[in-house]
Amino acid sequence: MTTATATTSPTVKATISKYLPWAIALAVMFAILFAMSWDSRQTEAVGAATVRAAAPLLLGALCGLIGERSGIINIGIEGQILLSAYCGFMVSSLSADASLPTVISLILGVVGGVAASALVGFFMAWCAVSLKMDQIIAGTVVNIFALGFTSYAYVQGRTQPRYPNWTVPGLSELPFVGDVLFNHGPLTYLAFFCVVGVHIALFRTTWGLRTRAIGEHPGAADTVGVDVARMRYKNMIIAGAMAGLAGMLLIQSASAFSRNMSNGKGFIALAVMLFGRYRPLGVLGAALLLGFFTALQSQLQFNQAFDIPPQFFGMIPFLLTIAVLAVAGLAARPPAAAGSPYEKE
Amino acid sequence: MIERLRASALLPFLAVILGLIVGALLILVAGKNPWVAYSAMVEGAFFGGNAFGRTLEKATPLIMGGLAVAVAFKAGLFNIGGQGQLLLGAAFAAWAGFTFDLPMIVHIPVALIVGGLVAALIGAIVGGLKAYRGTHEVITTIMLNFVLGNFTDWLASRDGPWNDPEGGALARTPLIADSAQIPRVGGLPTGFLVAVGLAVLCWWLIERSTFGFEIKTAGLNKNAATYAGIGVNKILILTMAISAFLAGVGGAIETQGVTNRFEPGFNTGLGFDGITIALLARTNPLAVVPAALLFGAMDAGSSLMQSQARIAPEIIAVIQAAILFFIAAPTVVQYITRARNVSSEDDGVRLSAGWGG
Repeated sequence: MTTATATTSPTVKATISKYLPWAIALAVMFAILFAMSWDSRQTEAVGAATVRAAAPLLLGALCGLIGERSGIINIGIEGQILLSAYCGFMVSSLSADASLPTVISLILGVVGGVAASALVGFFMAWCAVSLKMDQIIAGTVVNIFALGFTSYAYVQGRTQPRYPNWTVPGLSELPFVGDVLFNHGPLTYLAFFCVVGVHIALFRTTWGLRTRAIGEHPGAADTVGVDVARMRYKNMIIAGAMAGLAGMLLIQSASAFSRNMSNGKGFIALAVMLFGRYRPLGVLGAALLLGFFTALQSQLQFNQAFDIPPQFFGMIPFLLTIAVLAVAGLAARPPAAAGSPYEKE
Repeated sequence: MIERLRASALLPFLAVILGLIVGALLILVAGKNPWVAYSAMVEGAFFGGNAFGRTLEKATPLIMGGLAVAVAFKAGLFNIGGQGQLLLGAAFAAWAGFTFDLPMIVHIPVALIVGGLVAALIGAIVGGLKAYRGTHEVITTIMLNFVLGNFTDWLASRDGPWNDPEGGALARTPLIADSAQIPRVGGLPTGFLVAVGLAVLCWWLIERSTFGFEIKTAGLNKNAATYAGIGVNKILILTMAISAFLAGVGGAIETQGVTNRFEPGFNTGLGFDGITIALLARTNPLAVVPAALLFGAMDAGSSLMQSQARIAPEIIAVIQAAILFFIAAPTVVQYITRARNVSSEDDGVRLSAGWGG
């Protein structure tokens, strides 16, 4: 994993600068958890909320990561999340109206949401690869379209069945860890499996090697027989599916669609991707950190621990993220070919 | 000259037509009449009552947001934070508006500049973090959107320092003084002229000044710029400050020319539209004006379209997305319309070039 992105031989300084932000972040998290541990129920609540808040950011960031690793910048994640949430909700809702069993209508919803976002991924690949359109424009088109279309087509008053909570037998009995990690909706677990999956796929498989190659040096990949265009299409569809799951996570927690319900999560996911420096495990750390700040913020606000206005609590996650990044002083180096269409010579 | 103008106007013209066709199809699917809808939209945007004034009013913040994004792009910076900067400018212009007691000729510009400068300060911080700490401006501006949104909410909220004592439970600031309100001439908002003036100024700055040359050089190739003796860090900070200043003034004009006070939630989404406008204008400051007028007219006409044809105004966003797509995809337009010589006026700036930091 470490050799994958480092262009120069890793020096001690580079190693420190790579792990410093995580060390700071972990230290902060443990300090706060420790301070709160006098009340184990609160600590558990914050832990579980961290996992819940991190999951959609994680999947959104993975969507951006797979695209950019393949050489396509995707700023349309926000639109993909919103559109998949809408489509998934409508499919679940309509199939529940047709009196299908709850499980079936939920599964159909997830399939519908994921398919919608994958289709958007295909569209963006078409823009970037075949039309050689500017990728920032393609992403913006997706964002405006998704907000406009879902608001235009949305009719209030629809409902859909709730997602069940899955408690992992045995593991959920564990003190502290049980409630934090093993008592969530099914899609939340899936999000964390996706990170591990993408990490292994990206750094341990042929697909991963080719993906990184077409993002760094498509010409070289082409020379050894990789079909760059086809691969970029395929990866944007896979990436779209990830964002689709992120959208369905929003439905899992809200059980209904509402106008502009993604509310900037796709953009935050973009920040998480950059924070995680285009590495799945880095993204995991960044999403957990931001999720933790978010969870902490709502717990503190709930406790009325400090006598400050609620708006200031709302700023906490975002200010802390900027602070961590500024202190750590790390710049993400994007894949070399990200943003430019590949011209065969 | 005429030929060149025709050539460069052909693609946008065809893109708008195709975008409207996409919208018409959606309206048909919903079982409504597109002709009725579009005639209501045109009437609501240009004729009857104060329609044209409303179009100019809607176009003004779009121009400012578009300029903010366009200028930043020239230095290879992507400012997604127009929303937060606009809110900050709107709130601080309101503060300057209801606090000071000055003659109109001074009060209007003072409030505008206060709004702009506070936003510029935020922009300078973003630029500084990018220059000296390598923090990606996309991250910081996104995060600051949420921070500034919350902050301005608080300023006007009931616990906030600038709450309107006569507003009861309402979250809003007091009305600004008459002397800070940008007047209307014959029903037309003069804030629009301020925005157009700033667009021309931006064009001059980018295309005609030495500083603009340095900005563009830094945007195209940082190493070459450094080699040529350009202080890239200084450029990053100043450009980001200018960009945020423009968004802030956009918010200030909203406060002083339209709402006459700051009310959280009133300006939602305006900052993000700036990205669309800048892309539509292909980051050319002068082209930002017609692009903003087009979208402003659609926004202004959408309410009459809703009341006359019973069509949700959100369809406008779908049409706008289609227009942006077609402008960026001349090959598709050429394929559909069979028109010849459809070419995009490309200045060679790749918008995603700034992504790398």
